Amino acid sequence: MTPLLEVRDLNAWYGESHVLHGVNMHVQKGETVCILGRNGMGKTTTLRSIMGIVRQRKGTITLGGRDLIAMPLHRTARTGLGFVPEERGIFATLSVEENLLLPPVIAQGGMTLDEIYRLFPNLLERRRSPGTKLSGGEQQMLAIARILRTGATTLLLDEPTEGLAPVIIDAIGEVLQELRARGMTVVLVEQNFRFASRVADRFYVMDHGQMAHEFPVGELSARMGMLHETLGV
Amino acid sequence: MPMIFGIPVQALMGQLLVGLINGSFYALLSLGLAVIFGLLRVINFAHGAQYMLGAFVALLVQQWLGLNYWFALILAPLIVGAFGALVERSMLSRLYKLDHLYGLLFTFGLALTLEGLFRWQFGASGQPYAAPPALTGAVNLGFMFLPLYRGWVVVASLVVCLAVWALIEKTRLGATLRAATENPVMVQSFGINVPMLLTLTYALGAGLAALAGVLAAPIYQVSPLMGSNIIIVVFAVVVVGGMGSIMGAIVTGYLLGIAEGLTKVFYPEASNIVIFVIMAIVLILRPAGLFGKEA
Repeated sequence: MTPLLEVRDLNAWYGESHVLHGVNMHVQKGETVCILGRNGMGKTTTLRSIMGIVRQRKGTITLGGRDLIAMPLHRTARTGLGFVPEERGIFATLSVEENLLLPPVIAQGGMTLDEIYRLFPNLLERRRSPGTKLSGGEQQMLAIARILRTGATTLLLDEPTEGLAPVIIDAIGEVLQELRARGMTVVLVEQNFRFASRVADRFYVMDHGQMAHEFPVGELSARMGMLHETLGV
Repeated sequence: MPMIFGIPVQALMGQLLVGLINGSFYALLSLGLAVIFGLLRVINFAHGAQYMLGAFVALLVQQWLGLNYWFALILAPLIVGAFGALVERSMLSRLYKLDHLYGLLFTFGLALTLEGLFRWQFGASGQPYAAPPALTGAVNLGFMFLPLYRGWVVVASLVVCLAVWALIEKTRLGATLRAATENPVMVQSFGINVPMLLTLTYALGAGLAALAGVLAAPIYQVSPLMGSNIIIVVFAVVVVGGMGSIMGAIVTGYLLGIAEGLTKVFYPEASNIVIFVIMAIVLILRPAGLFGKEA
């Protein structure tokens, strides 16, 4: 089956610094794929390069057969790709609801505001508050929720559990299960291995700017030795 | 004759009106500067030249095409706004990745070039531009005569300033602009064409300057130097209000205009420097400006 998202020989640079050295990966429609790896191995850069935020990049990135490499950032989003950065990108000058309504609807099938408030009841209660007055967990919910409204079909999620309490991490896990049930494709960067093992269908392990290993969730227990060696888990 | 602080009421009110009119231009011009700085982070030294262009468009469409003031009031912001869009797209946008100084130097050079071209073509002396017949004459307010055109300038400026404020603070387009000011890459990653937004913002700022130029044409003479005469004061207004603060630019524009007018009554020798003295005090006590957010 042709993958929905395919990355081939992706190289990326920050100025003079060569960060990605030929990343290869593919993601099927409706799949949740997790990229694991130690700090500084290029996980975030991979997501930012796929999205088009890192512009110094070379290789092939296709989404649904469309080449994303030459595409300006704002057009990439309109192919159905949504990005939730690690720092969440909540706007301080906008209220929660303004943050939610900011991204334009790019395709049919996105959630309505009512559906979003049903999935994230905290956001309804705080919809008039400035976005950055929310707790870390609520900000993460808001960052995910505002992409769901747009009708994006593929979500790039960078360390959604970073710095959050276990109860909030559980809630985010439930949201990801809900997204999977709705058929959304998710590429997740995570350091929280426990969380990742609950939500992902398949794993990539990154090492020095390349995908060093790839395996489905079913092989997890057999790969624990390698993961322990590579990630220290 | 009634007096306040030993000054005849009529003289006081007259200077207050002059202050309000100057304040109207300060507010309109500093609003455009604040909008441009807020989103593009460019200190637009060409703003005075764009104000001058607006006045010249009014004069030239009258001389060449016989179009009156009311047409000029619509045409000049559109023409100068389109010129601004062209400048931003073709030149200014290439400088965003460099230090802010390059944008400042470029717009300064643009201002000198435009001013030089108009001086070469039209000479340095000003040319008169008549107020529209509907706004000639004055009304007696009891304590003073209010020239109709000057009253119109104050009202028009106030309406435009409040409309722009509402556009930026109360609409979805404004929310997008504010978000793009905070984190343009994030906004672009939502599928919003931020480069286009920057072009339109610069065009809006230039259009506002041109509108101020048309409003000013019947009061001051239309001259290639009219922009450079006012722009330094307008920069002081923006600094006092807080760089990039929309409401700060509007309120400070009017307040400093009035302060300047009142200084002319009580201590005329200081009227040319009072705005800069206030700017120095504000910079010492509150470097981010009266309405600016502290870094």
